[in-house]
Amino acid sequence: MSIEKKEFKPKIVAFCCNWCSYAGADLAGSSRLSYPADVKIIRVPCSCRVNPMFILRAFEKGADGVIMCGCHPGDCHYSTGNYYARRRMTLLFSMLDYIGVENGRTRVEWVSAAEGVKFSDTMNSFVEKIYSLGENVRLGDLRCRS
Amino acid sequence: MQRIGVFVCHCGSNIAATVDVAKVAEMALMEPGVVHAEDYQYMCSEAGQAKIADAIHEKNLSGIVVCSCSPRMHEATFRKAAERAGLNPYMVEIANIREHCSWIHKDMEEATKKAVILMRAAVAKVNLNTPLKPGESRVTKRALIIGGGIAGIQTALDIADAGYEVDIVEKTPSIGGRMSQLDKTFPTLDCSACILTPKMVEASAHEKINIYTYSEVEKVSGFVGDFTVDIRKKARSVDMDKCTGCGVCQEKCPSKKAPSEFNRGLNTRSAIYTPFAQAIPNVPVIDREACIKFKTGKCGICSKVCQAGAIDYEQKDEIITEKYGAIVVATGFDTINLDKYDEYAYSQSKDVITSLELERVMNAAGPTHGHLERLSDGKAPKEMVFIQCVGSRCSDDRGKPYCSKICCMYTAKHAMLIRDKYPDVNVTVFYIDVRTPGKNFDEFYRRAVEQYGVNYIKGQVGKVIPQPNGKLLVQGSDLLDNKQILKEADMVVLATAIEPNPDVRKIATMLTASIDTNNFLTEAHAKLRPVESPTAGIFLSGVCQGPKDIPETVAQAGAAAVKAIGLLAKDKLMTNPCTAHSDELLCNGCSTCENVCPYGAITYEDKEVNDHGIREVRRLAVVNSALCQGCGACTVACPSGAMDLQGFSNRQIIAEVDAICR
Amino acid sequence: MQELINRAKELLENGTVARVLGWKAGDLPYNPEPAYFESAESLKDFVYNGFCGANLSKYMIEASKLEGKTLVCLKPCDTYSFNQLIKEHRVDREKAYIIGVGCKGKLDIEKIRNQGVKGIESIQGAEITDAADELKIQTIYGEKTIAYADAMLERCHVCKGKEHKIFDEEIGESKETKDGERFDEVSRIEKMSPAEKFAFFQKELSKCIRCNACRNVCPACSCRKCVFDSNKFDSSQKANVDSFEEKMFHIIRAFHVAGRCTDCGECSRVCPQGIPLHLFNRKFIKDIDGLYGEYQAGADTTSKAPLTNYTFEDAEPSIVGKRG
Repeated sequence: MSIEKKEFKPKIVAFCCNWCSYAGADLAGSSRLSYPADVKIIRVPCSCRVNPMFILRAFEKGADGVIMCGCHPGDCHYSTGNYYARRRMTLLFSMLDYIGVENGRTRVEWVSAAEGVKFSDTMNSFVEKIYSLGENVRLGDLRCRS
Repeated sequence: MQRIGVFVCHCGSNIAATVDVAKVAEMALMEPGVVHAEDYQYMCSEAGQAKIADAIHEKNLSGIVVCSCSPRMHEATFRKAAERAGLNPYMVEIANIREHCSWIHKDMEEATKKAVILMRAAVAKVNLNTPLKPGESRVTKRALIIGGGIAGIQTALDIADAGYEVDIVEKTPSIGGRMSQLDKTFPTLDCSACILTPKMVEASAHEKINIYTYSEVEKVSGFVGDFTVDIRKKARSVDMDKCTGCGVCQEKCPSKKAPSEFNRGLNTRSAIYTPFAQAIPNVPVIDREACIKFKTGKCGICSKVCQAGAIDYEQKDEIITEKYGAIVVATGFDTINLDKYDEYAYSQSKDVITSLELERVMNAAGPTHGHLERLSDGKAPKEMVFIQCVGSRCSDDRGKPYCSKICCMYTAKHAMLIRDKYPDVNVTVFYIDVRTPGKNFDEFYRRAVEQYGVNYIKGQVGKVIPQPNGKLLVQGSDLLDNKQILKEADMVVLATAIEPNPDVRKIATMLTASIDTNNFLTEAHAKLRPVESPTAGIFLSGVCQGPKDIPETVAQAGAAAVKAIGLLAKDKLMTNPCTAHSDELLCNGCSTCENVCPYGAITYEDKEVNDHGIREVRRLAVVNSALCQGCGACTVACPSGAMDLQGFSNRQIIAEVDAICR
Repeated sequence: MQELINRAKELLENGTVARVLGWKAGDLPYNPEPAYFESAESLKDFVYNGFCGANLSKYMIEASKLEGKTLVCLKPCDTYSFNQLIKEHRVDREKAYIIGVGCKGKLDIEKIRNQGVKGIESIQGAEITDAADELKIQTIYGEKTIAYADAMLERCHVCKGKEHKIFDEEIGESKETKDGERFDEVSRIEKMSPAEKFAFFQKELSKCIRCNACRNVCPACSCRKCVFDSNKFDSSQKANVDSFEEKMFHIIRAFHVAGRCTDCGECSRVCPQGIPLHLFNRKFIKDIDGLYGEYQAGADTTSKAPLTNYTFEDAEPSIVGKRG
């Protein structure tokens, strides 16, 4: 008798800026461009509102992947927000990679309000990546004594 | 503890067909703080809004979650409904279970699970919401129009007629735009100049309209109702007040080799020039790149012949700073560059021209004085071929994915006019589809085919090959007859795709207005707010928003004007209360937040604080909520977490994260 | 050291300064501690030797609130921290009289112990004036000799230089101690497989007891109230804090000081568990240098910090995966 393995359903958090990416996600929706239900979107005014602590918090609480979407560089509703976000996320992701957390679990994509297709493509490929990486064990487990 | 009501919308079958709405409502009752939950067919309807109001009264609700369509659609609706029922509007949150759930998922179980999680996240957030009060800001009763084509002129006239001051900033030396370059207009065949010129004159004579030509917008700051704009008035080298517009300078100017922009480079102009005869203002500019005086220091003939003494070689660019309440973008379009379409031999033969160039050829003020002739040898053509969709509806990266919309109609116009004036010229049109929606448009096209005998062939042209005899060999296909066609033509006209003016991206960035991948400005809502940018106070007029013909442009220009007038008519605006604020006891006074604020909304003050009994003067960040736009850059820059954003606080976002990952 | 004491006395007596911020001897030969001296008389307890690693710049945050000027002894590397604190308006330059003290590398008692030296009674050769490059250590088991360089803190092997970036006067010579590259260890870790990286940091971070010594000593970690102690993020320290928070603490701590950390190495020096915490900060510094151009926090008081700056052409976050 074998123990039935529980199907892996990843938890994926997507931070979307109100002006571009959230609208892009709305367009994906109204265009009926599907992507897996594993993705849950949190609306923030701008990508620069995303604190690295939110991303770590998501991982702490069991997220398997976190993606942040914002306006394309140069198109930020607040002019410069995504530039700061870009540096912050680059450094944070590099740090996570440095401590051995798979880089594929974090991503930043720039999605404009008109890019419904890009939004759904991005989510599809990100979810696929998370499925291939499997459950996020490491981030929740860095201090467990062996 | 909040008393939260959750309202789950069916949106007819839009949500209810994929999400078990009753289940979402049932699950909501298990969430902390939720004291009421119900589902209803159309939450946004009057009956739906009444349900919310009733629940607020009956259950004494302190917060609301509506599980419905995107907050970008109905957040304002539900906030107003809550406000009418006596609840602070910022105690309302939306769980987007339509665009982000029911519309993209097919499996009911999966979609319902997700909808429940989205509901939970919204409930978790509302549990931490606090009532917010918007502030007020003033409205400067003056509008700026960027672009002086027909769109900009019409918007300016409509706003000015309503009694508000309007400034038009036009990059070129004259207003008029693309329409001034057209010969005739479809579907009435009016002379373009004849209907445009009166509007130009009206705009220039209007006491409320001020026109800056040969000028560009350099810098924009501020926000809706209170923009501050720097306008660069480029040195014209001619004194606008002294010049009488006699034209002698242009006649006598010895440098006549500069390609005429107005005539699309088909002929040349003098270094000192007005772009066309009806130009407004009728004051020339000196093209300093072409002018001998500027290049070598010698010449100065224009200055010598000018009776009015208007020539001023020393003139410098001038920066004008002005405040505006509303800004309308009307930057228009250009035809695409054809470098990637070498198969049509545009760069190889002078007899392959774009449709816009044909407009100039057909125009009495154009390079051929209105005679239809080959630009290579001046001979009258006998066979003309028009190729449609050059760069439009293109699936690769050579052209544009969209339909340029105007080409089918102007080609019918060109074909008809040529057949009318030169009945001996055969006209063949290669097309993919003929698209003629619009009042009297299909009738117009059918006249071209039926009355004027224009030969329409459904099929694309693969190649245009210049022949040694000077003719052009057109290789195409006829899809209906399923055969290859080889045709010798004297002239080939390319219906070249249009694209937004290349400057628009720079302008959009300055205005922080959204722009799409094709460089068209994005509207606030594709259907319901087509002339507004998502950025408050920015309005869209004409082709900068999407391809359109003249009647549509004029209609949109009027619509943009109405929206701008609606804004200018207000004395005060309510400001977004979702602004940053700093916790005085946590603030280090380190200035990091100040360094990332794009609005200069953060300043530092020495303030006395009472930190648990310790009274001391500290350097503290102070947010000017009238300037703060609520981006949140400062909140993440702040290492101590002193800076937080109302409506999107750290704890609220973390609560959403926790709810989703639970 | 005597020159320093004499000068401090003079400045106290002529009223230039109201107090002196330096070090006094601890209860063991190798643990001097930061101390205030308010009279010429009290300066008899003043010490400055190879074990005076403590960076005194952070003490100036509080000292800036006191009446009168404080004479503060800063080693070359400490001056970077002081500059950074000026930039962040945390210290008052006018309240400080900075004596840039010479440094020939600071000593690490753990390095000495790791060489089998136990039962230390006294140490010669750690005095700052001593040109000797050997330490003579009297132990209950007899005398041992160790090369000075072999007893130095890691940070001194990758020293930023002898120059004081800010001072009112300088006393004492400094010595070039750099004999390593500061990013070597970071590069070594970067080349590991994800599993090896993970194992490495898991092993190190598992030692953390959350004593907050790193945070308390760090001149950049100078918030009035740390986010981990406030309820703003629901991340305040709890009795039964879960394992993730330890890691989150160190990553966020490093992130909060990214672009502000001068790489003074105090975090690693004070960690009672010997966690090489500077490896987090150095990773950020290495990335910042590589991605946004070389930047040394505290080299001046005006430059824009990397995280409050940007260019249109900045690397995309995807570069992390592409670098391999």
